[in-house]
Amino acid sequence: MSAVAFDRVTLSYGGRRVLSDVSFSIAQGAFVGLLGANGAGKTTMLRAILGLVRPEGGAISVLGRPPSRGNPSIGYMPQARRALADIGISGLDFVLSAAGGHRWGWPAPSAAEKEAAWKALEEVGAADLARRPLTQLSGGERQRILIAQSLIGDPKLLLLDEPLISLDAAHQRTIIDLVHDVGERLGIAVLFCSHEINPLLRAVDRVLYLGNGKAAIGSVDEVISGPVLSKLYGTHINVVRVAGRIFVMADDVELESGAHVHDL
Amino acid sequence: MSTIFDYEFMRNAFYACTIVGIVAGAVGYFIVLRGQTFAGHALAHVGFPGATGAGLIGLSPFFGLTVFTIAAGIGIGLLGERAHRDVAIGIVLTLSLGLGLLFLHFYTAFASQATNVLFGNVLGISLRTVIVLAVLGAAILVALVAIARPLLFASLQPELAEARGVPLNLVSTLFMVLVAVATAEAVQIVGVLLVFALMVAPAATSLRLTRGVLAGIGVSMALAVVTAWISLSLAFLTDWPTSFWITALGAVGYLASGLVQQSPSRRDLVSKA
Repeated sequence: MSAVAFDRVTLSYGGRRVLSDVSFSIAQGAFVGLLGANGAGKTTMLRAILGLVRPEGGAISVLGRPPSRGNPSIGYMPQARRALADIGISGLDFVLSAAGGHRWGWPAPSAAEKEAAWKALEEVGAADLARRPLTQLSGGERQRILIAQSLIGDPKLLLLDEPLISLDAAHQRTIIDLVHDVGERLGIAVLFCSHEINPLLRAVDRVLYLGNGKAAIGSVDEVISGPVLSKLYGTHINVVRVAGRIFVMADDVELESGAHVHDL
Repeated sequence: MSTIFDYEFMRNAFYACTIVGIVAGAVGYFIVLRGQTFAGHALAHVGFPGATGAGLIGLSPFFGLTVFTIAAGIGIGLLGERAHRDVAIGIVLTLSLGLGLLFLHFYTAFASQATNVLFGNVLGISLRTVIVLAVLGAAILVALVAIARPLLFASLQPELAEARGVPLNLVSTLFMVLVAVATAEAVQIVGVLLVFALMVAPAATSLRLTRGVLAGIGVSMALAVVTAWISLSLAFLTDWPTSFWITALGAVGYLASGLVQQSPSRRDLVSKA
């Protein structure tokens, strides 16, 4: 049984087709980088795995079952959209809000929920940050708290949507190493969504690259190559490797860093 | 020597302020957390033609106000993100006040009460109104206790809450109905134009001073009640309007919390991870 399997899946978002007839599978415990330009369908794919978007065709299997909303085996860290930096409540209470947060009633946490929150905070080395309000945390520290929140419920599959956004290179590395360690230690498959391949090179087992409605999966060397990416982008792509870094270019435009700038 | 509690209207005012302070403090905490402070303001404005229109057809203004705020609350809840459009909101608000004015034009006998609806008149509250406030207030608190957990989750992390099975539209619409009824209650104290002072100022102050959610809700309620009590006392002593004191204390409290705030040196945020 794989962590995620797509069998000839077609997905649309807002009436626009973002994936058509895509098949791949991700092994349990694997660390997979999910790459692609803005609008390539990365977030839509994550939402389909979560059971929030129905495929128009094909079948998705998540840990051997069809996707269903509220599946506790999936941990999810959405792209930070709201200014969490403005919220004065503590990291602990923030993480706790996800523990049983779907049930009706008063948000007084049970002993088991508190234990789960502390355990998640310890897994990401954020126990000492837990009492501080989110307003007082740096971007990297807040990402740790968010990752801790995604670990609530002991997931077997972790979906992280752009955890590196607005972090500098050193903090990007810390977060990637942290997720890699946690995934390995707890045996969790990780689908790590990013604009850029370079920060992920040190950690990924495989990359899943989306573009032009299609997807390619494989090792970094298999996928990040001129012929494969030319197909995904629908234009001639050059891949240049310099000093351990990879540059993806169409003519003279560097695609990945270009996509990154758009989002900021 | 007479004391402040020798007068029935003062006793009623204190009862009303206590009830509404608790409700506005609790509901207001979630309003501020969700970044929906403008919604409370907007609902009150939409309530104005409800109050004057009800007067025109011989119904209780409080009843008309509540019906209109609830309708507007459901509307905002169902519209969701689409309700956050500056121009559209501004036009709806001015249209509401304009309609309220039109109803007053047709029913001049009500005109003397218009100031009360706009700016509140806590000293004119009857025991009967206090009882209505208590019953509605209790209903709001019971409902808030029932939805607080998913509401908190959806306020902090909407996409994650949705993925975990929280019905976002239902929760936000239910909450807007609570905001609507709480707004109608607060209007009895501070009036349509000054609802912000009781619904938002204590809650925003509390969010600056507390780190825990439950503590934050408690402090917010306490601040709202104490603000209203002190304002009533000051109004009694100075003969100035209570609503003025509530707005003034709300502003002072919010500014002071900015100074006290255990906010750290923001400069070292960049250097740490």
